[in-house]
Amino acid sequence: MIELGIQKELRSSGGTMLLDIELSVGKGDIVTLYGKSGAGKTSLLMLLAGLMRPDRGFIRVDGQTWTDTEKGIWRRPQERNVGLVFQEYALFPNMTVLENLTYAMRKGQKDDEREHLIEIMDLKDLRNRKPDTLSGGQKQRVALARALVNKPSLLLLDEPLSALDQDMRGKLQQYILQVHREYGLTTLLISHDVTEIIKMSDYVMEMELGRVIRKATPGEIFTHEKLNAKFQFTGEVMKMTRQDFIVIVTVLVGRELVKVVANDSEVEGMEVGDRVLIASKAFNPVIHKIS
Amino acid sequence: MIDLNPLVLTFKLAVVTTIILFFVSVPVAYWLAYSKSKLKPVIEALVSMPLVLPPTVIGFYMLLAFSPSNAFGGWLEDWIGLRLVFSFEGLVLGSVIYSLPFMVQPIQAGFSNLSPDLKRASYVMGKSRLTTLNRVLLPNIKTSLLTGIVLAFAHTIGEFGVVLMIGGNISGKTRVASIAIYDQVESLNYDVANAYSLILFALTFIILLSVYLLNGGYFKRIRR
Repeated sequence: MIELGIQKELRSSGGTMLLDIELSVGKGDIVTLYGKSGAGKTSLLMLLAGLMRPDRGFIRVDGQTWTDTEKGIWRRPQERNVGLVFQEYALFPNMTVLENLTYAMRKGQKDDEREHLIEIMDLKDLRNRKPDTLSGGQKQRVALARALVNKPSLLLLDEPLSALDQDMRGKLQQYILQVHREYGLTTLLISHDVTEIIKMSDYVMEMELGRVIRKATPGEIFTHEKLNAKFQFTGEVMKMTRQDFIVIVTVLVGRELVKVVANDSEVEGMEVGDRVLIASKAFNPVIHKIS
Repeated sequence: MIDLNPLVLTFKLAVVTTIILFFVSVPVAYWLAYSKSKLKPVIEALVSMPLVLPPTVIGFYMLLAFSPSNAFGGWLEDWIGLRLVFSFEGLVLGSVIYSLPFMVQPIQAGFSNLSPDLKRASYVMGKSRLTTLNRVLLPNIKTSLLTGIVLAFAHTIGEFGVVLMIGGNISGKTRVASIAIYDQVESLNYDVANAYSLILFALTFIILLSVYLLNGGYFKRIRR
């Protein structure tokens, strides 16, 4: 559980901006921060990790106060329990994969957590490799494993998948969801990829100019209203199968696969991996209460 | 056969100076690279002064400050038993000040070029500043450290003005190779002067060549 109410003046090339944020995130949630660059998303993560000091305000995580400017409470980043994955991964170039993970362990911590993460992140064959010799996806897995080694209560991910291709993204999204559940984490993710957000997050906080302007489920945020449809959702094309003169398009919507029948003109220029909007205009969809 | 003492002394001075400089420069460079203090430009300017100031100026002021007939120099001699003028210790101190920018600047540049995320990542993992410095930052700026060490060493070998002012020309104590060359030329012993010069020439060439080969282009940036 994160409760936070902070103000911080940020200076950038474009002048100053007041970061003014109040939010609470439930334990076990995955929340995506979404918004243009310069909206203050990364700064928010830095404030949570203790790498930036707020001008005013407080941060409480699981009942413990990490920052409170009124009471003069300040926990250094070393004293918070945070796993942070940087956009550029920030693996230590002088250490092997194994050494990177070992460095992140607490004093006196046993090896089993590290070995378990090596197992689930598929890092066995990479143990003795230096970061320079790894591909983007491999680096990302190491960075994620490293962030989890000392069992953080809070996982912060700063656009960790933005540099990867679609295939690798899909795989790593699964990894993240898996460890998020297994470790009972509270996760904050910065992402610009709508499919990723829909797939990963419980809800989205949209930020603009230092403020949270909207907090809603991914569906609510990314529904396009201009179509005036009765019902609609967005998804990602997973598979396209031709059967005689129709094409069956398999679409990933949220965490569900949906099959849609389409004709040639509809699928023209459509490829696996594309983002699509599925809507029904003429007919009412059938609706059932689920238990 | 030439007297090898000045060469040995030069080498000894360069080694001692470089070792002291290394331990002085790492904290200074760290502070200069990461501090947001308003004092930073002042300290930066002071550290770089020896690059432009005639060595004789530094030597002159040190001579004044450390002369036993002055308050500070007298205090040093009376209480610590340290005489810094016309002594090897004085040469070391003068060389440390004189070569400071040659060690600080490459290390500072090394720190500044590292991604700030490395430091942040280490802090978030619960590691202290010192642990982060020793295990993450320093190992990743090895080439900068090497450049600093080699440049400071080579620069100390080449110094003349500071040494002459504060050390004088005492055989076996403060007569380093560059002074010995001057001394021999004054006495018209061109052969001996030539021998010393050739050795220094070859030595410094090899040292600098190794920097170029290892780092490529770094020396140019410093001297600019």
